[in-house]
Order: sequence, then C-alpha cells, then structure tokens
Amino acid sequence: MITFKMNNLEVSAEEGWTILETAKFFGLEIPTLCHNDGLSEYGGCRLCLVEIGEGPRAKLVSSCTYPVEEGLVVHTDTTRVIKARRMMLELMLSTAPGSKKIQDLASKFGLTHQRFKPRDEECVYCGLCVRICDEQMDARAIGFQNRGHNRKISTPFDARSEVCRLCGACMYICPACSLRCQGPAADTDICNACLTMEPTCLEEYDELQCWMYDAGRCGTCVQEKGK
Amino acid sequence: MKTPAKIKTVKALEKVIQTQQRLRKADKRQVLTVSAGTCGQARGSLKVIDALNASIKKAKLQQKVKVRVTGCHGFCEAEPNIIIHPHDLFYQKVAPTHAEAIIGQTIKQKKTLPNLLYKDPVTGKTASREQAIPFYKKQQRIVLGDNALIDPTEIDDYFAVGGYGALIKALTSMTPEKVIGEVKASGLRGRGGAGFPTGVKWELARRQKDATKYIICNADEGDPGAYMDRSLLEGNPHRVLEGMMIGAYAIGATEGYIYVRDEYPLAVKHVTLAIEKLKKLGLVGTNILGAGFSFEFHIAKGAGAFVCGEETAMIASIEGRVGEPRQRPPFPAVKGLFGKPTIINNVETWGTVPLIINKGAKWFAKIGTDGSKGTKIFSLVGKINNTGLVEVPMGISLREIIYDIGGGIPGGKKFKAVQTGGPSGGCLPKSKLDLPIDYESLTKAGSIMGSGGMIVMDEKTCMVDIAKYFLNFLRDESCGKCVSCREGTQRMWEIVRDISEGKGKEGDIELLEELAQAVKDASMCGLGQTAANPVLSTLRYFKDEFEAHLKDKRCPAGVCINLIRYFVLPEKCTGCLACKKSCPTDAIQGVLKGVHIIDLAKCIKCGACLEACKFEAVETQRDEAIVIMEGAK
Repeated sequence: MITFKMNNLEVSAEEGWTILETAKFFGLEIPTLCHNDGLSEYGGCRLCLVEIGEGPRAKLVSSCTYPVEEGLVVHTDTTRVIKARRMMLELMLSTAPGSKKIQDLASKFGLTHQRFKPRDEECVYCGLCVRICDEQMDARAIGFQNRGHNRKISTPFDARSEVCRLCGACMYICPACSLRCQGPAADTDICNACLTMEPTCLEEYDELQCWMYDAGRCGTCVQEKGK
Repeated sequence: MKTPAKIKTVKALEKVIQTQQRLRKADKRQVLTVSAGTCGQARGSLKVIDALNASIKKAKLQQKVKVRVTGCHGFCEAEPNIIIHPHDLFYQKVAPTHAEAIIGQTIKQKKTLPNLLYKDPVTGKTASREQAIPFYKKQQRIVLGDNALIDPTEIDDYFAVGGYGALIKALTSMTPEKVIGEVKASGLRGRGGAGFPTGVKWELARRQKDATKYIICNADEGDPGAYMDRSLLEGNPHRVLEGMMIGAYAIGATEGYIYVRDEYPLAVKHVTLAIEKLKKLGLVGTNILGAGFSFEFHIAKGAGAFVCGEETAMIASIEGRVGEPRQRPPFPAVKGLFGKPTIINNVETWGTVPLIINKGAKWFAKIGTDGSKGTKIFSLVGKINNTGLVEVPMGISLREIIYDIGGGIPGGKKFKAVQTGGPSGGCLPKSKLDLPIDYESLTKAGSIMGSGGMIVMDEKTCMVDIAKYFLNFLRDESCGKCVSCREGTQRMWEIVRDISEGKGKEGDIELLEELAQAVKDASMCGLGQTAANPVLSTLRYFKDEFEAHLKDKRCPAGVCINLIRYFVLPEKCTGCLACKKSCPTDAIQGVLKGVHIIDLAKCIKCGACLEACKFEAVETQRDEAIVIMEGAK
C-alpha cells in the first residue's frame, strides 16, 4: 500500500493506482473527458488536472496518468487547478460548442462566457474513438493524422477502411459528436441552461428528485425521458 | 605505422593512440585546415578545397602541404575559413580564386595575404591569428575546439588528439559507480535545455536491476536558428560516441541509439562512418578491448518533428509509434525504450563526458558558476555582426556574448532583445544584458537555457511579430495530444495575429496572459509547458509594443505590414530611381532627380524599395511624413 496526502487527508492506495483512481475510491470528484475505465489512459483533455507538490515546486499534472507515489501531496481543487480546468473547457467549448457533455461541464464549472472565435468542429481530439477501436474492438480502423493544429482523426489515407466493421463504438463513446446540446444558442456559444442546477442534475438526480423542483427546465431530463 | 585491423586489447588501443599522437607531432608538413561543415559547404568550401588541391598539385607541393577538411570552426560569418598551420594564420571568406595566392604566396613565400585576414567591422583592425580575433578571444572552446584539428571521417585524427583515452581510463581504472561519481562531482547538467544533473540521472538508471538498458543521444535539434549539435556531430562524431560508450559503461547499457534528424545529412553521414570505423576496428561489439564491456550503436533517423526532441516522444518514435510524449513518471531512466531503463542525453552532454573523465571533475567544476558548471555552446544568430557558434563558460553575461564576441549589432542599429532557448525560450530586453548565463537566472528572467539558440534582434524587429512567428512554429509542432498545447498555441497565435494585423480587441492582452499561464500550467510535456514563453516574455518586457498595435494600430518597429505604409522622405530622396526599379508592382512614380512618390494603392508593402534605397529615404511609419503624402494627394 502507498500512503500519501490528498486534500490534506492521509489516504492509502494500491501500488499502480493513478491519482484519479484513488480520488474516485475515496469519493473525491475529479472531472474527466478523455478517460474511460475500459480504455488505456491518455491524458489529453487536461480536465482531470490536480496540483501535486508544495510551494514553488508545485505543479499541475493529469491525475488519470499520474501514478501514486509514497509521500505525494495532492490537491484536487485549488484555485490554480480550477482556473486551468476552466480554461481547458473554454478552449474545448470554442471548437465543439455543440457537445452536450462539454456544455454540461461548462455549466458545472460556472463558465458563462467564451472568448475565442467559435469553430464548430465537433471534435476535441480526446482520442476515445481511436482507443476504443483499437483496444476494445481490435480493429484499429481509425487513428490520428498529422499534428498540432492540423490534427484530425480519420482512416488511413482517408480511404474507406477495410477493417472497420461499422460497429459504431467510436460514435457511442464520442463526447462531442454523438449527444448534441439542445439548449439555447449552443451551436455558437455557451448554453448554460444547466447552470441553475447546482449540483447539476446530470449524475445525481432523476426526475422525482430534481434539485430545482422544476423538472425539465434545463432540458437534460427531458432528453433522458425521450429515450 | 598503420592502425591495425582489429584493436582487441587496452594495450593495443593505447599504442595506437600514442602512435597517432607521435605521428602528428612528427608531421612537419604545413596544414591547410578548411572548415567544411554544412555551413562551410553552403558558402562554397568544397570548391575551395578542390581549388587548393589543384594549386598544390600544380606547385608540386603534395609532400609538403596537407589539406585537412574539418567540421565547423564556429565562425559562420567568416566561412569558408582556413587555418594555416604551423603559422596559425586565419584566412576568412576564402574563394576558390584565392587558392593560387594562398599556395603561391603564403605557403611558398610565407607572405600573409592581407585581403583575406579578419577585419574588425567596428575598429577596422585586422587580425592574423585565430586567438587575436575578438570572436574567439573570450571563448573557451573545450568541446568545440577540437573540430579544427580533426577530419571527422578519419578516426586516426581523433586518436591523434588523444581520442578514446577517456574510454580506456573509464574501462581500466574506474568502476561504473566511480564514473557516475565523477560526472556527478563535475556538476554537469543536461545541455538539451532542462538542465537536469547528468550524474543523478545516470545513477537512477544504474540502480535499476534490468539486464537490458539503453542510452540515446538526442540529436533531434529542431530550434530555428540553432545548430550546435549538428556542428559537433558533424565535426567530431567520435567525441560524442566516446561519451556515449562511457555513459553506457557507467549505467550498464548494452545498446545505444543516436536519434538524429534526417535534415542533417552530413551529420548522419559522418556519424555513420564513425560507427562503421569503430565496428571495423572491433571497438564496438562484445567484450570491447577485452574489458568485458559490450556495446552496439544504432542510428535512428527522425523525420523532423520538433516534439520528438522530448524524451518520451523520442522513445515512442524509436519504437515505431507516433512521436507523442507520455506522462512522466515513470521516467525513462526507470522505464524507457522498449520498457527498459534508458538514459537520454543531448549531443553536447555526451560530447562533454570524455573531457570530464580525462581531465577530472575538479577541472570541469572550476569552470562556470555555482549551479551551472562547464561551458555551453550557443549559436549566435540574428542581427549580429559575428554570426557563429560560441562556446563560453557558464556565468558569462549576455552583453559579453553579444558585444565582445558577437561584435554588436550591424549597421549601427540599437539592440532591442535577445531570444534564448529557441521557440520555447523567451526574449530578454536591454535591461537584462548583464544577466549571467546559467540555468537558474535565465529561467528567473522568463527565458530558458534551452539547447543554446541565441537570436539577437535590433530596433527594427517587432516583438509582436516575433511572438507570432514562434507561436506559428509551435502550433505546427505541437503534437496535438493535450488540449492546452494544441488549442492553446493555436488560440494564442490567432490572438497575436489579430493584434499584429490591427484587429485586436479590448481585453486581448489580458486573455493572452491568462491563456498563456494556463498552457504553461496544464500541458503534459516540456514543449507545452514552455510554449507560452514567447508570449509571456514578450508581454513581460515589451507590453508597450502590444499596446501600440492594439490601441493605436501602430507597429513601432515598422514590420507588421497591415499597420505600416511605405513612403519616401522628400528631404532625403535624391531621385536616383533605385527604388522605382526595385518595385515589383510599379507603385513608385518619379523621374530622375525628382522626388519619388509611392502610390499606396498599388504598394504591396514588400519592402524592396526600403532595401534598394541607399539614402535612407524610404521609411515606414512616420506620422508627419504620412501627412506630407496625404497632403500631396
């Protein structure tokens, strides 16, 4: 067992656990986007950032990729962490404003305005589709192309893939292109319809236990019902 | 004596080294050392060599004169240059047409050719010897110096300067732990940029129990304007290989990779030749020199991705995966290439190791400052008189490098900033000129040591434009894994581009600052964590320029083309027609000896007229002159 400090609490974790796993185990909430329990860790969305270390050497790391170490000092919710997470959300929102998952996260973090030029790309390059195709479907039909601002996800040579079985796993797991935000002006801006729900109803509440006693106002549960 | 076919024992190698050293001493021939690194070749040194050989043949001096083709001597401004031994004459900017005179007069009649001597652009004084040239005076060329003594394709030349002596010393009289102890005591820190203590890293790898370990030489030098690793690998490949072998012995590695970018064909060629030669002599393979140490070299050629200079991305690239960094820990020293402990060091770091083993940690630790030991090679480029590679002791001030070694700014212009550390570094202003160069003080000032790029900028450089340039480089070179780096560099570039085009909005600077901080904080690897430096440092020291672009829609340096207008100063214009002839769009009207006028509607702001004008009559951005122009309409 490895013991270390998380949010000033002494915690112990199995060797090989990540900070994120440990946090989850102890009920500490860390937002994630590119993490999925069934896939390898990627560390691309930078939402699960936590602060490790103390004093001037303290730094931010992605908790999903950082293995726990003896004597580590972790803070999951410092101002620095929240600020960086919000900026990551703002960046993702500016490229994929239609994503319900990102819009929900934005609301959760109280992000009310977005300062970059919107670019509706429907992809935040989290790599979930690439990983599920490879690791769970054993197909490797899609992958990343190019780098930096030219990055995109596609099949080799952009040609129809022979190994793709059209299983749809990539679409199922996509946080950006599958479930669209139906709120006001979500295509260009921040919808914030869920902002009034605190904590947001998404994970914690169903229709009967709606926080606002006003089920349906934010639109989330309406969609759920429609299924 | 010829070097034997195989060198199987320590004694045999010692003998070879001694013989080569003796042979060189006994060689009374005059030597013409021609620098022919990539830079020299670009300036025509190969033709000079041909011409020299032809002249020697013509004068029938083959037995008395030898032409040694070496790597870079560092003084790029003077390329192609020749050093003549034993007189130590330094001839600069030699052309093939000079060959006859060099052989006929200097070699035969021992007469100096004054037109080929170095002439100080400031004082006008000439210097005949290398050490008399201000460019070399303040340098301490312990790593690069041997470049001028060695033909990089000849291992015998390396033996002649005592090469592979450090390997013998390490293998015969030192335990691996002692080698690591020596490197630790020397205070050597990684020359690739981050400055991690080399010995500490080696120790970590040494402690791993794995039977297979690797070492990697990082020659993926991708900073614009930096080429010190290329020059060392081209000019003295055996020095780097020797360093790697010592490192491998110290940590217990059996295989080493040299990750070199394919854009360095000469470096690839020379290092390949060097490895082949070692193989032929039996100096790599199993049980080297009978000392029980086995080692193999491999060359991995990179395709030019800047991010592959990052340790974990480089490992991924060698393994055949996409060059993307991963989270550290586990550090490569614990779990690196193919999952085995791996030590990655920069070319210069490996090249310094043999020196430390040869001359001792104490000698090395005497050079430099408390925290940063030894010398560092910088590539001094940009708006500077003496462009070139300079090797200086740590702790020297920027002013000494730029003014004493670099010879100041050409054209009598004023110094504005110096950019250190490549695209991930920062721009330091005039007030930081007396900053001593070491890892900590550069970081504190908002820049980094980096691998040693040093770009000097004069008053005609626009800092917004510079920030835009580096951001453009970084948004291309970011691997794109992290949102912070991929989107962050893209968005920072967009904001700075808008500002430079006069489309900036209120709040842009604040947003830029906030975003830059987030990119620095949130990114996974070194590229992302330093990607904000060009923005943060220019904003820190040159905020007024950003504000001028944003608020007044004015580019003070006259660079950003959306914000400037070209015009002719009537009081200075002589009516020579030079600018008119240079204009590609016929935008300049005027007759001989009459003041010219630039038609702003036709002008594409290419700057050709500014270059063409000999009377400084073409200007950009001067408010009263614009009034004159508009009044004339």
